[in-house]
Amino acid sequence: MKGKVKAVKVDYLARVEGEGSLYIKVKGSEVLDVKFKIFEAPRFFEAFLRGRKYHEVPDITARICGICPVAYQMSSVHALEDAFGVKVDGPLRELRRFFYCGEWIESHALHAFLLHAPDFLGYDDAIKMAKRYPDVVKKALTVKKIGNDIMARLGGREIHPVSVCVGGFYKVPTKRQMEAMKEDLKKGMDLSVELLKWVADLKFPDFEQEYEFVSLRHPNEYPFNEGRIVSNKGLDIAISEYEDNFVEEHVPYTNALHSYIKGRGSYMVGPLARINLNYDKLWDLTKDTLKSIGFKVPCNNPFKSIIARCAEITYSFEEALRIVDEYREPSAPMVDYEVKAGKGCGCTEAPRGSLYHRYEVAADGAILSAKIVPPTSQNQKRIEDDLRAMAPSVMKLPHDKAVWRFEQAIRNYDPCLSCATHFLRLEIERS
Amino acid sequence: MAKKTPRIAVYKFASCDGCQLSILDLEDELLEVGQRFDIAYFMEVTKAVKKGPYDVGLVEGSITTPHDVELIKTIRKECKKLVTIGACATAGGIQALRNWASVEEFSKYVYAKPEYIQTLEKSSPISEYVQVDLELKGCPVNKYQLLEVLSALIAGRKPNLPTYSVCMECKMKGNVCVAVAKGIPCLGPVVQAGCGALCPSYARGCYGCFGPMESPNVKSIAKKFIELGMDKKDVILKFRGFTGWSKEFREVNGLIEG
Repeated sequence: MKGKVKAVKVDYLARVEGEGSLYIKVKGSEVLDVKFKIFEAPRFFEAFLRGRKYHEVPDITARICGICPVAYQMSSVHALEDAFGVKVDGPLRELRRFFYCGEWIESHALHAFLLHAPDFLGYDDAIKMAKRYPDVVKKALTVKKIGNDIMARLGGREIHPVSVCVGGFYKVPTKRQMEAMKEDLKKGMDLSVELLKWVADLKFPDFEQEYEFVSLRHPNEYPFNEGRIVSNKGLDIAISEYEDNFVEEHVPYTNALHSYIKGRGSYMVGPLARINLNYDKLWDLTKDTLKSIGFKVPCNNPFKSIIARCAEITYSFEEALRIVDEYREPSAPMVDYEVKAGKGCGCTEAPRGSLYHRYEVAADGAILSAKIVPPTSQNQKRIEDDLRAMAPSVMKLPHDKAVWRFEQAIRNYDPCLSCATHFLRLEIERS
Repeated sequence: MAKKTPRIAVYKFASCDGCQLSILDLEDELLEVGQRFDIAYFMEVTKAVKKGPYDVGLVEGSITTPHDVELIKTIRKECKKLVTIGACATAGGIQALRNWASVEEFSKYVYAKPEYIQTLEKSSPISEYVQVDLELKGCPVNKYQLLEVLSALIAGRKPNLPTYSVCMECKMKGNVCVAVAKGIPCLGPVVQAGCGALCPSYARGCYGCFGPMESPNVKSIAKKFIELGMDKKDVILKFRGFTGWSKEFREVNGLIEG
C-alpha cells in the first residue's frame, strides 16, 4: 500500500469468553476492512457426538459452554424429543422454564454487571468498579447467586447440571423444595428492578442501525423453549424450517461459521431481539419498570442491549415466582417414550440468543449426525456490520477511546467465543 | 508468599470457560478474593494486565493447537506455581474424544473448508507439555475446592482435597446405591470425590466428571458393568467421557478385551 500506513496494535480484549481478534482498517472516513475473528480452538462437538448414545447428548452438549449449559441441554432434549415424537407438558415443561429462568438470571447478571457495565463507566473490571459502586456490584452478585441457586437446586450444580434428560428430569423437586426458594426469588426480583433502573441511567452512545431481529415467538409466553422463529422483517417459520432459511458460511479468518438469512444478510439474536419481538409477553413488573425508565420498543441502539438483558432478569424472577406458585409435583420425573430411528430439531433461547440443534438418531439410540448453531456465530456477521457502521466516527476518537468503543460494541452482543484461549487481539490500521 | 499479596494469573485453552467461571460463581467470596490476591492477569474478568512473573497460574483447558504448545511453555516460565483446573486441563477434556479418531475426518465433518482450521491430532492435558504443581479435577471444578486451593496457596500449606471415591460421598449423604439397588451402571467406585456424589443423588449413575481416583480398580468395575447387562461397546463409551483420556480410563479397552 502506498503512503504512510499507521498501524496500531492493542493487546487483548478482555471480558469476553474465548479467543478472538478484531481487525479494522480505515482510510480517512472510508472503512476498508473489518474482520471480527473467532480463533476458538475447534473442539468438534458435532463430529464426536456421532456414535454416542442419545441419552448422553444433553450431558455432552452442556460442555460446549459453562455459562449457558442449560440452553445446550434444552435445545438437545427438544431436538431428540422431536426425533422420538415425545411431548413434554404440564409441570415438567414448567420446570424446564424454571431452569431457564435460573440460567438467564445468572448469565445476564454475570454479563451485564461483571463484564459489560465497567465499559460504560471506564473501569477495567467489576472488582475495581466495586470500589466506587459497591452496592451495585453486591446487588448484582446477590442476583447472580440466586440464579445459580435455581440451577443448583434443580440440577445439582450451576455449571453443567446433571438433572436434564430426554423426556424430563432424572429427579424433580418437591413442592416444598420449590416453595423454599420463594423468599430469595422475591428478594432477587426487587433487587433486579433496582439494577434495571440503574443501568437505564448509564450513558449510551448515540448509535442506531436498521436490524433484522430474530427470536422465537410463542403465542402465550415470553420465549424460552418453544415457538416459531420470527423476525421484524416478516420471517415467520417453524423450527423445522430453520435450515431452509438460515445459511452458515465458512470464511477464512474465523473458526466460527458466519450465519445469515438466505437472500437477506446479517441479523441479530439475543435479549434486544427478543424484547423487540416479544415485548407484549413480558409480565407487568418488567413492563412497568421499562415504562418508568422510558425504554420503548423497537429499540435499535445495540448499546441498550444491557437494558434488555436486565429486563429479562426481572422477567425471569417474575416467571420463576409464577412457576413456584403454580407448581404441582409431576407423577413421574420423566415421560415414557420409545427410542426409535428418526430426525429431529430444536431451538431454544439461550441467554445470548436462539440456539438451534438437529440430530439424526439410529434405531438403537446412537447419534448418526448432529448440527449445532450457537447464537454467537449467528451474531458474528451482525457484529462486523455494527463495527463497520460505527468505524468512520469512532476512528475520529483518540486511539484508546476508539478501542474502548469497539470493544464495548462487541460486548453488546455478550459474545461467547467459548472454547479456545483467552485473548482478543485488536489491531487498528489507519492509512 | 504470606506477607506480599500473591499475584495470580488465569489462563484458558480449549474448554467451555466453566472452570474460570467457577471463580466468578464464588459470589460471596469474589470481592474478598479480589482483595487477597493481586489479579494480575485474568482476561475473562479484567482488561488490566500486569506483566509476570506471577506467584500462581491457574490454567483451564487442554492443548489442541500448535500455538497452545508454545504458549503453555511461556506460561510455565512466568508462573512460580502452576495449577491446572478442570477435566480439560488435567485429562484433555471431552475434546480428547478426537484422540481415538481422525482429526482430519472430524475437521471435514464440521467445517466446509477444513483447510482454514489449525489443530493438533490430539487434545492433551497440560502435564503432557509442562510440569504441573497441582491438578484440580472436575468438569467443572468444585468452586469450594478451588477456594480451598487458593486459600492453601496464601497460607503456604497443602490443600485439603479428597483422594477417595465418589462412593464415600454417597455414603456420607446417605444415598441408596444406584448400582446395587437399581442396577444402574455407576462410575462412582473408581471416580475421585469432589462433586458431592451429584449424579447418584439425582437417581443416575456417576459419569466420571472428576476422573479416576487414586489407584482405581477399573477392570473390576468394567466387568461389573458387563454383568449388569451393558455391552462392551457401551462400557467403553461410559469411560470415554469428560475424563476419558486420563491414563487409567483410557486403558479400559485393553482391560475388557483382556
